[in-house]
Amino acid sequence: MKGLKKLVLAALCLCMGMVFGQGQAMAGKTVKIGSFLAVTGPASFLGDPELKTLQMYIDEINAKGGIDGMKIEFVHYDTKAKAKDAKNFVNRLIKKDKVNLIIGGTTSGNTLAVIDIVQKAKVPLISLAGSVRIIEPVKKWVFKTPHTDRMAAEKIFMDMKKRGITKVALITGNGGFDKSGRAQCLALAPKYGIKIVADEQYGNSDTDMTTQLTKIRATKAEAILNFGFGKAPAIVVKNAKQLGIKLPIYESHGVASKKFIELAGDAANGVRLPAAALLVADQLPANDPQKKVLLAYKKKYEAKYGPVSTFGGHAYDALFIAVGAIERAKSNNPAKIRDEIEKTHGFVGTGGVFNMSPKDHLGLGLDAFKMIEIENGNWKLLY
Amino acid sequence: MDQLLQFLISGLTVGSIYALVALGFSIIYNASDVVNFAQGEFVMIGAMSAIFLLKGGLPYPLAALCGISITVLVGLALDKLAIEPAKNATVVTTIIITIGASIFLRGVALLIWGKEIYGLPPFTGDKPITIGTATILPQNIWVMVGTAAAVLAVKYFFDKTIMGKAIMACSFNKKAAFLVGINVKQMLLISYGLSAALGASAGILIAPITFMSYGSGVMLGLKGFCAAILGGMGSSMGAVVGGLLLGLIETVGAGFISSGYKDAIAFFVIMLVLFIRPSGILGKAESDRV
Amino acid sequence: MKRLAGYYCFAIATLMLPLLFPDSYYVTVVGVTVCTNIVLAVSLNLLMGYAGQISLGHAAFFGLGAYSSAVLTIKYGMNPWLAMTAGVIAVTVLSYVLSRPILRLKGHYLAMATLGLGIIVHIFFVQADQFTGGPDGISGLPVLSILGYPIDSDLKWYWTFAIFMLASVLFSLNIAHSRSGRALAAVHGSEIAAQMLGVDTARVKSYVFVFSAVLACITGSLFAHQQDFVSPESFSFFFSIELVTMVVLGGLGSTFGAVIGAILLSLLPEVLLVFEDFEVMIFGAILMVIMIFLPQGLFVAMEQTFFRLLRRKNQRAADVTS
Repeated sequence: MKGLKKLVLAALCLCMGMVFGQGQAMAGKTVKIGSFLAVTGPASFLGDPELKTLQMYIDEINAKGGIDGMKIEFVHYDTKAKAKDAKNFVNRLIKKDKVNLIIGGTTSGNTLAVIDIVQKAKVPLISLAGSVRIIEPVKKWVFKTPHTDRMAAEKIFMDMKKRGITKVALITGNGGFDKSGRAQCLALAPKYGIKIVADEQYGNSDTDMTTQLTKIRATKAEAILNFGFGKAPAIVVKNAKQLGIKLPIYESHGVASKKFIELAGDAANGVRLPAAALLVADQLPANDPQKKVLLAYKKKYEAKYGPVSTFGGHAYDALFIAVGAIERAKSNNPAKIRDEIEKTHGFVGTGGVFNMSPKDHLGLGLDAFKMIEIENGNWKLLY
Repeated sequence: MDQLLQFLISGLTVGSIYALVALGFSIIYNASDVVNFAQGEFVMIGAMSAIFLLKGGLPYPLAALCGISITVLVGLALDKLAIEPAKNATVVTTIIITIGASIFLRGVALLIWGKEIYGLPPFTGDKPITIGTATILPQNIWVMVGTAAAVLAVKYFFDKTIMGKAIMACSFNKKAAFLVGINVKQMLLISYGLSAALGASAGILIAPITFMSYGSGVMLGLKGFCAAILGGMGSSMGAVVGGLLLGLIETVGAGFISSGYKDAIAFFVIMLVLFIRPSGILGKAESDRV
Repeated sequence: MKRLAGYYCFAIATLMLPLLFPDSYYVTVVGVTVCTNIVLAVSLNLLMGYAGQISLGHAAFFGLGAYSSAVLTIKYGMNPWLAMTAGVIAVTVLSYVLSRPILRLKGHYLAMATLGLGIIVHIFFVQADQFTGGPDGISGLPVLSILGYPIDSDLKWYWTFAIFMLASVLFSLNIAHSRSGRALAAVHGSEIAAQMLGVDTARVKSYVFVFSAVLACITGSLFAHQQDFVSPESFSFFFSIELVTMVVLGGLGSTFGAVIGAILLSLLPEVLLVFEDFEVMIFGAILMVIMIFLPQGLFVAMEQTFFRLLRRKNQRAADVTS
């Protein structure tokens, strides 16, 4: 026992030594890209495909010799969706790993937490999160590739208006994505002549939403809008079916993954959501500018990992916008890369065709979002 | 007020899930005064093992049985490798060991099963059953039946069998139990195995409704712990009462007051109950040796 | 003086760190996190170790301090020090009012009540988003200045936190050796005996509860200014459990135990980053191994090893001279 005690203490001292004894990264003609993504934890639904996409393509680029002869050195950290870890990792990426560009965070909360850091350090950041607050007001060093939550709300309300729906019940979770989506919905509804007649909430790890849906059923709601991601939306639609609620259900792009259909089963049929064209790539007309890129990504990702999701697609967009910028800048200097990112024009990505500008650090219009309905367990492109 | 019926039924279905998890807590607590923070992980491991065995081609009942057995082995290993070697540790230290164990098990689950979310097929289909103005899924009824069966079995075990009484004796006074010839170590081992089996059964029963992933054990463990405390730690009836009550408070709070704050309401009520009955609803008043 | 010899060594080491490793990410960024956790662990140890009252809701007070500072300075333009004071007053009142009913509970029930407190406060941070910014949090706190000197660099923050931490540790060490400390120890040892000796146990427990809450609150305010961002998940019940783990890992009842526990649990995740996917599993394994083999905590184990080596050295010296 005594010997073992000493061993344990010695091992601990060794660990402490390791912390302070970390060496410098290797020098050479490389461009360093860092990422901080929620690979495990409550947002792994999003972060896991993001990381897989980045790794897959960075390996491919490096195998072909890199960008202009510069190999990509990729440093990635798992934030587990915690804002404090996000800050720590971004600090680490900038101060210790000395990266030239950062891709991340997965969630809006993680991104918002680090904006000050990248602005002060003057390192460009391409976010994979949804909130419109990330790029509005525009911040010099911050860009993003996913459609905003405001765009999702607008697309949904436009479709509702088309169907003559005027009273909507909102049901959202307690996560950042849910809440900022809810805020956008509440703010935009009047613009489309829609009245929010119920505003129910649940916890993202809850197992039963029948109570909230029962309350909604008792209102005059003509449609249900659920803004969330992960397993909760699947439970929501299943509970709705169980309660015999026949109202049209709208989801957000947070369920843009086959997993949602798998978990929700039959209950998913009839659900409408705005999503990137990636989900319905094969249903696009042959002359659609995105079709080729989408099918290529889908094929490559699915061969290695399984069904594709739009979240990995956002990572693809971020990476290749960055690669394009680095190519045009012909350097790994963060400021030059930033300037070129801002000049991204006509870039065909999975989320749409990007046209950035000093005032628009997203570069996507509302038409980049497609309205999709789930039919027979599959995505169906509406328009 | 026809909403009330649905709230009550939903509360009971959610509550029986909590009750099943709470039962697992009370068994180990009865044997050793320790709150096993890895109890939630037993639930998760049972479900995930069954899910993957089912995917691997095993017939459903066999996959479920194997899932439970695997979890029992994990529970026994936990006791043998982590709890027993620390025999002279204080209760607080042992609790930290179980916290470490729950983190460890979650890490292993992450490596083996990945980050994805999975479900199990419901036992007898998912056509809702109507009771008045409310509906309930067949699987929910299975959960309630499972909980009832578990409670009766546990009560019978502790009240009527020699082994059960021996385990209770250990919780009253380890030395005295040892002196009358009870193999305390073995009793503890059995109680871990039993709790693991209960947890795993809970996991398999609820996976068709709630879906499982490597991290699902945390929330369930937490709610089960709260239920066990509310009902009185150590009492199996208490675990059930606590679980059902917790479920009802959540749904009624969500239904009539605010769905956003329902968990806060539930915890507030728990705290109020504790202020009035400091040992939980059915808990025995604790007496300390001076 | 001899009693504080260990403390002085520690203080000197802490203050020397940025001078020995200038411009090190570890010292300035990680160091601040470590100091924050040390103060929180030390304050929790006063409650758990010295007074013997388990608390699973300590993160709530940390959070209340952080949010008071953030909300009052950002939304109401209050002066940062005024905001901090307002937070302290609020936490004092809240913790005092709650202390009486909560501390009548024992063991797991006390744990549950404090857990409930922590969770309710956390839910409030998440749900009252008009006020608190919700799950995405709020940022943009004004710069904190001490006597006219703005704290506007990583290094300055390190000094601020280091000094605050050293002061807290010194205070905690002194309490243990004071009359109040003895009263605390008496309550911990046996409440009934203490009552019979005339110690007003309810009041003592209340005071410790409030004091540890206030210390956490002040730490929270400093944390908010340093991070320039607050969000609910830094104050979740998981963090409360982490703090309890720090205290127990280091050695319940010992100030230095809390210090060691905090340092270890703050640095371990950084070290384990290299293991990537295995990180969670290894972390859990380390916790278990330490608690199984060193059940009295790291500090006690280190002390014992130290003294054993000392005795062996003295023994050898004695052998030589005899």
